[in-house]
Amino acid sequence: MGSSGHDCDVSDTILEVDDMLEINLILLFMIAASVIAVEAKDLLSSVIAVGAVGIGLCMAFLVLKAPDLAIMQLVVEILSLIILIRATNDRDLPFSASGRWRFNTFVTVSFVAVFLSLAYAALKDLPAFGSSRMNVSKVYIDNAIAATGSKNVVASIIVNFRAYDTLGEAAILFTALIGILAISRKIGKNN
Amino acid sequence: MDTVSHEKGMTLIVKTVTRMTLGFILLYGIYITLNGDVSPGGGFVGGVIIALSLVHIMLAFGKEVALKRLHSYALRFAVSIASLAFLYAVTIRYHGDYSHIAISLAEMVIVGAGLFAIFVALVLSSKSDKDSE
Repeated sequence: MGSSGHDCDVSDTILEVDDMLEINLILLFMIAASVIAVEAKDLLSSVIAVGAVGIGLCMAFLVLKAPDLAIMQLVVEILSLIILIRATNDRDLPFSASGRWRFNTFVTVSFVAVFLSLAYAALKDLPAFGSSRMNVSKVYIDNAIAATGSKNVVASIIVNFRAYDTLGEAAILFTALIGILAISRKIGKNN
Repeated sequence: MDTVSHEKGMTLIVKTVTRMTLGFILLYGIYITLNGDVSPGGGFVGGVIIALSLVHIMLAFGKEVALKRLHSYALRFAVSIASLAFLYAVTIRYHGDYSHIAISLAEMVIVGAGLFAIFVALVLSSKSDKDSE
């Protein structure tokens, strides 16, 4: 597991050409799976195709040398897939394709055009894909082991440098847990 | 869901396999949490794995078992202690030899219980489960 922690050299993170080929193949797979997810008639097939998109994203994270994010994506994808299958089980929700199709198509096409033009204007200013122009994260990478003693830079960022973010995330889940306990207690008493 | 009529949950094969694999899933979640500072992983991922093991119980044994587990005093106690420890460690900027492990364990308990509770709430509020009762 040495790929994430021990390297402190930033220039190692620049992608090779082989990685670009894999990334493009995975992106094609994800686009195909999402098209299937939108176009599938059966609701369960759609959910499975969404899961395939998530697995493709997990593989993309692995190729991009982010195993922490890959594990996170895999695990959360499994949980959300279970929830989606459970929610869409025994349920048939057909799309209403009839009526107002001209208006729907116009809205969709105009929204996609606006989104793509804004994305083009915004993404033009980003540094090139794979280039390591990291101003903030270079401080973390240089100081992580000395400041926190953690060999995994990602873990040191999550629980040391950005601990308030993690606190907010835990506060969200804790609030959800309290609310659900308060609501489901009544059901438990009645049954 | 093709359930046996006189028993809640799935078939006997699923229940037996669940009973055998449950400990290993929990152990793997704790392993990923404790090794978060030297290998990929961490408190959130370990917590999601623990929530998945609880979801596994719920799918195999029915929701009564899961509700009993959700309302148990052990879970409430663990979540309360973990939340207070997490808040304390972050707000006083506790920085010691075991700060990673303490924060990761607290995050694991909160995330595991929270995501499991969200799943239980989704199942309880879904219409198809109420019809099947």
